Amino acid sequence: MKYVSEFRDPALAQSLAKAIAREADPARSYAFMEFCGGHTHAIFRYGVQDLVPSNVRFVHGPGCPVCVLPMRRLDDALELAERHGVILATYGDMMRVPGSGRRSMLTARGAGADIRMVYSPLDALALARDNPGRQVVFMGIGFETTTPATGMAILTARAQGLANFSVFCNHVLTPPAMEHVLAAPGIALDGFLGPSHVSTVIGASAYRPLVAQYGRPMVIAGFEPLDVLQSVLMLIRQVNEGRCEVENQYARVVTDAGNTRAQDVIEEVFALRETFEWRGLGSVPRSARAIRPELADFDAEARFTISEKQSREVKSCECPAILRGVKSPKDCKLFGKACTPETPMGACMVSSEGSCAAYYTYRRAETLAAMGAQMEAAE
Amino acid sequence: MSGILRPGAAVEMAHGGGGMATTRLIREIFARHFANPILDQGHDAARLNLPHGRMVMSTDAHVISPLEFPGGDIGSLAVHGTINDVAMGGAMPVALSAAFIIEEGLPLETLDRIAASMGEAARKAGVPIVTGDTKVVERGAADGLFITTTGIGIIPEGVEIAPERIAPGMAILLSGTLGDHGVAILSQRQGLAFGTTIESDSAALHRMVGDMLAAVPSIACLRDPTRGGLSATLNELAEAAGVGMTLREAAIPVRPEVAGACELLGLDPIHIANEGKLVCICPDDQAEAVLSIMRAHSEGRDAARIGTVGASVAPGTPGLLRMETLIGGMRVVDWLAGEQLPRIC
Repeated sequence: MKYVSEFRDPALAQSLAKAIAREADPARSYAFMEFCGGHTHAIFRYGVQDLVPSNVRFVHGPGCPVCVLPMRRLDDALELAERHGVILATYGDMMRVPGSGRRSMLTARGAGADIRMVYSPLDALALARDNPGRQVVFMGIGFETTTPATGMAILTARAQGLANFSVFCNHVLTPPAMEHVLAAPGIALDGFLGPSHVSTVIGASAYRPLVAQYGRPMVIAGFEPLDVLQSVLMLIRQVNEGRCEVENQYARVVTDAGNTRAQDVIEEVFALRETFEWRGLGSVPRSARAIRPELADFDAEARFTISEKQSREVKSCECPAILRGVKSPKDCKLFGKACTPETPMGACMVSSEGSCAAYYTYRRAETLAAMGAQMEAAE
Repeated sequence: MSGILRPGAAVEMAHGGGGMATTRLIREIFARHFANPILDQGHDAARLNLPHGRMVMSTDAHVISPLEFPGGDIGSLAVHGTINDVAMGGAMPVALSAAFIIEEGLPLETLDRIAASMGEAARKAGVPIVTGDTKVVERGAADGLFITTTGIGIIPEGVEIAPERIAPGMAILLSGTLGDHGVAILSQRQGLAFGTTIESDSAALHRMVGDMLAAVPSIACLRDPTRGGLSATLNELAEAAGVGMTLREAAIPVRPEVAGACELLGLDPIHIANEGKLVCICPDDQAEAVLSIMRAHSEGRDAARIGTVGASVAPGTPGLLRMETLIGGMRVVDWLAGEQLPRIC
């Protein structure tokens, strides 16, 4: 696999690991937050933490769109499918996310709701064309990476006069979430591994104000294991040298300005919401997109009435603290017992990008052992 | 042909009614393609003369969609799948039965093609289909065609295949590339059309197994990594044997096209179904001998040693299957939770 396997080369990984061990100051520790779930997954999938010294720690961030979607929005989507009888088109990783009463899109589909798994908003457009007598709602979810594709689907629907297509928009923004994490008290972070795909859209320059204001360095990192290792080395160097910059390790894809065409589509189709509820983070101002009023015909929230509802998360679930990086999956009593990928209680377990799922899938034995040790210490 | 196979003709409820239409369906399609001396006796039950010894019996229902796919179809798959299940018990397959549940409206030409492919697969494998049954259900009550096959086989003297025989230090061998079947099926899936030349690996493995067991009777365990892929197979075996296992990711053969498709779709070949591969666990000092026998067969030409059995563990220990990753880290290889693929076998 050209252009992929090169970034998984074992010899290069070992030499980067040696450089990290050489340059990391044993007298201090380093806590780096990887914002994206994609990085969390790569770190666990390849066992990256086995290649860095124990004083270099990864803190897992909230960059998993499925994880941060509040239960209320999922309940709303289920209502669209069940009460309004639409064809609800969604990405596959939404299917098992538990909503209120542990219901999910999968259980709703089993009970007769018409919920279809798609790989792209264009698949949802095709569903609308193929089912002219039905309303098709696409569940728009994700950071800036997926927002332009949803925007293009809306523009295409308008150009083709598709009157039975709309989007339930849950797209969110990366920089406000990072700012929320940085501004919260009690978070000791020495730097960020910056998002890969998000940055291809918004560009490296989008993070400069944040990095300057909060004094934490950032290295935009690719998703392959060598990308992560090299970015960790770059972060350690910034910390050791007292620098605080946005550096771009993923320069083979990410530019300073980003993808301006995609940015134009986002601007044309979406406005900023005044505020939006994030699972784990709470209300974050100007952190999410809504469809512009002039495109309200394609906005499911304008087209259908969605009832007010109280959606309550499972109380003992630690997802909120885990998403803010202040707790680890091993600090959650439910982990690996009541909450597993087969029966997820919280969102960090259901999405493969969530940190609980990563701990469960790749480090279960160690995590459960650490939980046992914590219990004994408490007794 | 003047029979039931007219252009555009489809299976009707009458074909399952037990009357003339049923007889013609059986005679003109199934009996024609499956012809062998035992089936041709035309009894309700097949009579077999079996050698003495321990017999194995295995059954498998096939509901794959689409019915025909690159590298095979539901018919050849139903033959290979059951032959392989019998072979993984250490037995030489002797005979198969086949039961068909056909949805009203299935084109007779499709049924004929699939039956022909099934007959050919059985003949090539040297394992006759000796008895069978046909039912037709109303439109909507099935998805085109479901086939259940049952196979019996005889275990040679001195062969003892069982997970309990897996012991620390043994070698874990894989007969070839992972993920070909699952990705070939996925590439045909509606709404996910991507151009690929990947074919299913569907194949009968009993001859290769016969040669492996004849040369190295001390082989401890054999398993075909079908649904759930290599991860499910090895997790199952590790749990049954109460041992840890360590794989080397770099040693696991995967075709570049399959690796590329998996990369694109966010799948891991280790969880994807195979229909013509086996895992063999044998004493460490026999590993090279077994590998060279596997590689002498076309079904085993990419065979590789992918890992080693570790120490015994207490029952209930989590994370038994571990893997040294490409870059030299370690991770657990878990069972796949949930299923996001279409029906693949």
